[in-house]
Amino acid sequence: MKQNGRAWKFGDGISTDHIAPGRFYHLRSNLEELAKYTLIDAREDFPGGIQPGDFVVAGSNFGLGSSREHAAIVIKLAGARAVLAKSFARIFYRNAINVGLPVLVCDTEEIADGDRLVLDMAHSRVLDETTGKRIECEPVPAFMREILETGGLVNYITKHGGFAK
Amino acid sequence: MRGDTARMGQTLAEKIIGEHAGHDVSAGEIVVAKVDLCYVQDGTGPLAMREFRDLGRHRLAMPERTLIFLDHAAPCPRQELANDHKSLRHFAAEFGCKLFDIGEGVCHQIVLEQFAAPGLLIVGADSHTCTNGALGAFGTGMGSTDVAVAMATGETWFKVPETIRIDVAGKSSPGVHSKDVILHVIGLLGADGATYKALEFGGQGLTELDVSDRATIANMAVEAGAKTGIFPSDEMTKEYLAQCGREHEWRELQADADASYERTIVIDMGSLVPMVALPHYVDNVKPITDPDCKGVTIDQVFLGSCTNCRIEDIRAFEKIMHGKRVHSGTRTLLTPASRTVLLQALEEGLVDSLVKSGVTITTAGCGACVGVHGGILADGERCLATSNRNFKGRMGNPNAFVYLASPATAAATAIKGELADPREFVS
Repeated sequence: MKQNGRAWKFGDGISTDHIAPGRFYHLRSNLEELAKYTLIDAREDFPGGIQPGDFVVAGSNFGLGSSREHAAIVIKLAGARAVLAKSFARIFYRNAINVGLPVLVCDTEEIADGDRLVLDMAHSRVLDETTGKRIECEPVPAFMREILETGGLVNYITKHGGFAK
Repeated sequence: MRGDTARMGQTLAEKIIGEHAGHDVSAGEIVVAKVDLCYVQDGTGPLAMREFRDLGRHRLAMPERTLIFLDHAAPCPRQELANDHKSLRHFAAEFGCKLFDIGEGVCHQIVLEQFAAPGLLIVGADSHTCTNGALGAFGTGMGSTDVAVAMATGETWFKVPETIRIDVAGKSSPGVHSKDVILHVIGLLGADGATYKALEFGGQGLTELDVSDRATIANMAVEAGAKTGIFPSDEMTKEYLAQCGREHEWRELQADADASYERTIVIDMGSLVPMVALPHYVDNVKPITDPDCKGVTIDQVFLGSCTNCRIEDIRAFEKIMHGKRVHSGTRTLLTPASRTVLLQALEEGLVDSLVKSGVTITTAGCGACVGVHGGILADGERCLATSNRNFKGRMGNPNAFVYLASPATAAATAIKGELADPREFVS
C-alpha cells in the first residue's frame, strides 16, 4: 500500500504526556474526543492540522513514559499513517503494533517538516518525495509484523485462538 | 528448545521467564510465557475491558489472580471517570475478579503488600509494574491490549531482555536515600539507556536496602527505558513477606554467578549526595549542590506515589519536619501509597505530627502524580515531587515545572520554601 502524506516533525523525548496529556484523562473512554488533543503539548498546530495519511516524524525515544495505549490509539485516530522515529520507548512500540499503528525506526534527520512522504511497508522504507531521498527503515520483527498485518493483537489472538507456538 | 549444550548461567530475568516458558531461555529469544498475576488500573482498565470483550472470551483465565485498581482518580473528580469506575466495578462483579476501590491505594503498593513474591511473572497495565522487582518478581508494564490478552489466555509473549547489572556498594550517608541512588543511575544511563533491557541489582550494598528502598529503585527502572528492574530474593525479602503474613511465599532467588550481562555498573552509595531531576526529563539529574538547584522557590511539595510514599518514606519526611512548620509559600501534600500505610502512619503518630506542621493529607492513591486531580499546578508554578516523572504536563499543566527528589529532600524543601539539602537537617 502506498500513500503520500505530510511529515510533521517532532524532537527527541516525546513522552506519552505530550501525546495524551493527563489533563484529558477523563476522555479516555471517548477516544475520538481524546484524539482531538493528540500531541498537543508537543505541537499545538498538530491536532488541528493533521490530515489522514500524514506522518509523525520524531527523534529518539518516542513515546517514553506511561503504558497508556491511548497514546498509540489517538495518533492512529488522528489520521497518522505511521510514526517514524530514530528510536521508540518499549511499551509505546508494542502498543502501536497491538493497535495496528505502523512504527518504523529510521534516520529521521534528513526529513524536513512538511516534506511529502510515501511509505513502502513491504520493503520497510520511506520515499521523501520532496527531496527525492529514499530512507531505509529497520524491519519490524517478523512476529510483530504478523500482529500488525492481522490488524492488531486482538485480531491475531482471535485468528489463532491464542499465541501460535 | 535448545539441546544438550551445557546450561548457561542465567540472569534473574532469564530464570523467571524460563520457568514460565517451560524451557531455558536466553536474551534475545521471543517466547510465550505463563503469567502469574495481571492487573489494570482505572486509566488503562476501561480499554482493557473493551479489548477483553472483543476477544470474545466468556471467562478470565485466572479470575483470582486478575486485579482491578481504582487509584488514578480516587475519589472521582469528574462524571466521565465516575462512569469508568462504575463499569470497572460491574466488570469485576461479572467476571469474578478482585477490585480495589478508591482509598485502598496505588496498585503497585497493594500488589507488593498482598500478591507479589519472588519468581512470579507479573504484568500490569501500568508502566510502574516493574516495582514488583523489589521482591524478586519479574514485573513489567504493558498496554491495555497486552494485559487484556493475558487476562483472557493467562499468557503473554516476551523478547527475553538483555540485562544491565547494577552492583551497589557502601552505605549512604545520613540524608541520602534510595531515591538518590536510582536518580543517579538514571542520570548515568539516560532516559533510553536501558530500553528493552532489564536492570538487575546486586552487590554487597543490598543489605543496606530494605524492600521499601528496593521498591523505590525498581519502580524507576522504566524511567531508563527498562522492561523491568529486579532484585534477588534474600533475607530482607523474607522479612518483608513475613511482615505481610506471607512468609510461606518466600523462596530464595539469585542470578547465577556466571550469568551473562550486557555490562556492569558499580555504584558506591557512600559517595552519593541528594539528587534532583530537573524539568522536564527524569534523566536531567543534578546533585542538590549544583548551581541549578540554588534559589529555586517551590510552590508545592508532593510526598506521594508508588515511588515514595510507603511508611519508611513518611517516617523519613516526618523526622525532618517534626515540630517545624511548612513554609508559608509552599503548600505540602501527603498522599499515602495505601490504606495500610495510612493506618500505620496514624498509629505511629506521624499523621498527627505532620498535620500540625501544616501538611495536607489526601486519599491514598496516585494523587497529584498523574495530573488528574489532587494537586494540579498553576501556570509557571514549581513542584517538588517524590514521584517518578517530571515530563511537561505531567502534573496536569504543561506550563508548570516538576522537580523529583527523595522524601528527605522534600521535607527540607517544604520547610525552606526552596530546593533544599536535607543533610543540614540530619545529624
